[in-house]
Amino acid sequence: MATVNHPTGSTAHDGAAAHAPSHVHVDGAPVDGAHEEAAAGDGHRRRDFINVAALSFLGVGTAVAIYPLINQMNPSADVLALASAEVDISRIEPGQAIKTVWRKQPVFIRNLTPQEIAAANKVDVGSLRDPQTLAERTKEGKQNWLVTMAVCTHLGCVPLGGSEGENKGEYNGYFCPCHGSHYDEAARIRKGPAPKNLEVPEFAFVSDTVIRIG
Amino acid sequence: MFVRIGAFFVGLAFVGVTLFSLITGVIAYVTTPAEENVAETFHLHPRTFDVSSNGPFGTFDRRQLQRGFQVYKEVCAGCHSLNYVAFRDLAALGYDEAEVKAIASQWQIEVPDINPDTGEPSTRKPTPADRFPSPYANEVAARSANNNALPPDLSLIVEAREDGSDYIYSLLTGYRNPATFRNEKGQTLPADLRPGNGLHFNPYFHNLNIAMPPPITADGQVTYADGTKSTVDQMAKDVSAFLIWTAEPKLENRHRTGWAAMIFLSIATLLGYLAYRNVWRDQKAKPVAYTGTMKPENREKRDEASREAGLNT
Amino acid sequence: MAYAWAQAYEPKSPLMKWVDQRLPLPRLVYGTVGGGYPVPRNLSHMYNWGALSGFALIVQIITGIVLAFHYVPSSEGAFDSVERIMRDVNQGWLLRYLHMNGASFFFMVVYLHTFRGLYYGSYKAPREIVWMLGLVILLLMMATGFMGYVLPWGQMSFWGAKVITGLFSAIPLIGPTLQEWLLGGFAPDQAALNRFFGLHYLLPFIIFGVLILHVWALHIPGSSNPTGVEVKGPEDTLPFHPYYTAKDGFALGVFLLVFFAVVSFLPNYFGHVDNYIPANPLSTPSHIVPEWYFWPFYAILRAFTVDFILPAKLWGVLGMFAAIILLFFLPWLDSSPVRSGAYRPLFKMFFWILIADIALLGFVGGLPAEEPYVMLSQLATAYYFAHFLIILPLIPKFEKPLPLPSSISEAVLKGTTSKAAPAGIAAPGTPGVVHA
Repeated sequence: MATVNHPTGSTAHDGAAAHAPSHVHVDGAPVDGAHEEAAAGDGHRRRDFINVAALSFLGVGTAVAIYPLINQMNPSADVLALASAEVDISRIEPGQAIKTVWRKQPVFIRNLTPQEIAAANKVDVGSLRDPQTLAERTKEGKQNWLVTMAVCTHLGCVPLGGSEGENKGEYNGYFCPCHGSHYDEAARIRKGPAPKNLEVPEFAFVSDTVIRIG
Repeated sequence: MFVRIGAFFVGLAFVGVTLFSLITGVIAYVTTPAEENVAETFHLHPRTFDVSSNGPFGTFDRRQLQRGFQVYKEVCAGCHSLNYVAFRDLAALGYDEAEVKAIASQWQIEVPDINPDTGEPSTRKPTPADRFPSPYANEVAARSANNNALPPDLSLIVEAREDGSDYIYSLLTGYRNPATFRNEKGQTLPADLRPGNGLHFNPYFHNLNIAMPPPITADGQVTYADGTKSTVDQMAKDVSAFLIWTAEPKLENRHRTGWAAMIFLSIATLLGYLAYRNVWRDQKAKPVAYTGTMKPENREKRDEASREAGLNT
Repeated sequence: MAYAWAQAYEPKSPLMKWVDQRLPLPRLVYGTVGGGYPVPRNLSHMYNWGALSGFALIVQIITGIVLAFHYVPSSEGAFDSVERIMRDVNQGWLLRYLHMNGASFFFMVVYLHTFRGLYYGSYKAPREIVWMLGLVILLLMMATGFMGYVLPWGQMSFWGAKVITGLFSAIPLIGPTLQEWLLGGFAPDQAALNRFFGLHYLLPFIIFGVLILHVWALHIPGSSNPTGVEVKGPEDTLPFHPYYTAKDGFALGVFLLVFFAVVSFLPNYFGHVDNYIPANPLSTPSHIVPEWYFWPFYAILRAFTVDFILPAKLWGVLGMFAAIILLFFLPWLDSSPVRSGAYRPLFKMFFWILIADIALLGFVGGLPAEEPYVMLSQLATAYYFAHFLIILPLIPKFEKPLPLPSSISEAVLKGTTSKAAPAGIAAPGTPGVVHA
């Protein structure tokens, strides 16, 4: 069987069979020869429109099908349910800190002594890398309660200084052992590679002794 | 050829053994009279009841779910766990955040915990994030408290039983007096089918005698918060509806997604059909040979044509 | 690949040209499912099942991968993680219902695809390897489907795993050791679940690989067609695209409508209530049944009830495996020179008896092993083996096939007397010769 050459380069058939189409539409879809002249106008466009519409539905359907495949990776309902945590702070003495967990990440809750508050307030805010006052980082009237993420803003290690006897760094706050970032009493970055102060999560006092984080 | 001969003998072997099995089976079937399963004649098929979540358009009736939850809380929760449902899920029943929190913190059973000071096992009040705590610490405790019967977890009970909610509803309202119950033939229960010690006759239960004492016994057993009259029938329906929800809280999403998909796919398929006809428009002259030769009247013409061409058919 | 008149790939854009010169992937696709694959022009809708099977495989792989993000393969946590998917994971319920019903629909279209091949003699020369690769896919699907059903770790999962691995204990001498090896223990537990999960994840990709071979092998002789007469010339074929892409596209729409109707309104129809009860090694369900797509084979397994030289249990296992293995020999069991069942009156009659027989096997396979169902399964099993191993090889001796068209596009009523050989037996040397 010889190869059949089609001048249009589109799909068509050898004229060997009497009913095989001899006319070929440019877009590759062969059309009935007898209809071609009459259908050259509206009929063609209507038919093309249906093909385009069908393909559009295929495209939209595929796009819609992708949505659940992507959305399933978002936090699920049980994970979101843990998005807020209530913590009893009644037993944290001044000068002490605890480490608690919120959203599977450690959080420092620190009860500052008046001396520490004074030391923190004495710092010239303008000279800081990430300028913030202690008041901006605590709740009004409860300035002794410093709640921060225990996640170094450099590369996410957990800094030391949250428990008794740990290295509090050169500024009597927290010290990250990974790359040597030092945080002060108000958990502000003072020295080392970290770009920001330890993040203060959203939190509120439910009562004098209970805070809700998140 | 070898394949066919080999296959013939392999075939004979399998056919022979199955037919041999069949013959012994038939002989046994004919010679041993079929035992009538007496228990089966006393068993009842669950009665159906209408619930708004039924059918492809079904949605939950929130008020009914809340009533059903109340029945679960006051009647069932003492023995039956609800392991796969969390308090936070109750928001879907129409409770707001504060109500969910109150329900969780006032729940009659506490969640196992560890005392932060001593490390000893302790309990704490549930939070909305917790799942419903089990009434028993473990299966052994559950069995020992219930005459060696295990109260099943109820979260999936509707999916895990034939006839689902109809079965639950029928079972709850199906306790009968074994002395007076008659089957369709009017027979009374034979002595060996009477409930034993600690068992209760219920013709909807698979073996007729269930360890669970009738849980819903009297009208007004639960005082509904919404003022609905709490008849036994109503309470059974409400708690069954609630258990449909616990088994599949996403039922409404499923129905909604289903209809969206049906409508979209119907249009897409119609367009697909039109596009298909479109593409094939010039190919309507389907080969006649395919169907043509199948018709007897065409066969002769076909043979004749072949003969004329000097071909032997 | 198959025919000289196949349209050669001509890149439409400079980019595609650039790619094609370096990696002829566009050329491959064009020649496989594009305008470059000439397909017999007379394919019926029964020829849509193949494309739908491929689609179903892809649905299973995609939904399976995302479910694996959330599933925990642990005997303690598996059931719980499935319920978490159903309740807490975003659209998890949809993904899981798609996956579990997708398995049923996958088997449905594959079975229909297989029956089409049986009826139209698609297994005959020169397509034996296409047929055998298809059977390999079916076997792999069965293994995958079985292991997937174990993963939720419900009652039916556990007891299904126990019963099916128990089949291997029927093998003389090594049986019990083999069963323990398969399970990594004495009963299905953590070890079995973990390996089943690993294999359930792996096998679909192997299926995909075999699928590529299946399609490759198909493209050497080209697709079969309802007349069974091989393609003679360009007038017999149409390019795959747009003709059969359009046809498959429409079929896909219908398939998805039915699929989504089941997923949305009867999602547990193909499942079993006992699988919503967590696995309990101390309590057997009153009636253990596999998924519906195993019912015919399960019926064959249970049909052997007498010890005859070999123990009944071993006969059952042999019979069940033989029921599939014998299909590999089908191209040589059926020696009729006529390919399509449409032109074989006797074959056609037995084919429909076989379909009824398999339907009966499926029906009794899903029922408890009680009389009279066991007797029915024995009768049906006997016919199943008799059909393939005894009747099918003998049919050609007694059958006078109907006259075949000399070509796909021949117009019989016009009395065309082309010089082609009669009765579909192509002259030696032409493509698609059927050797008796």
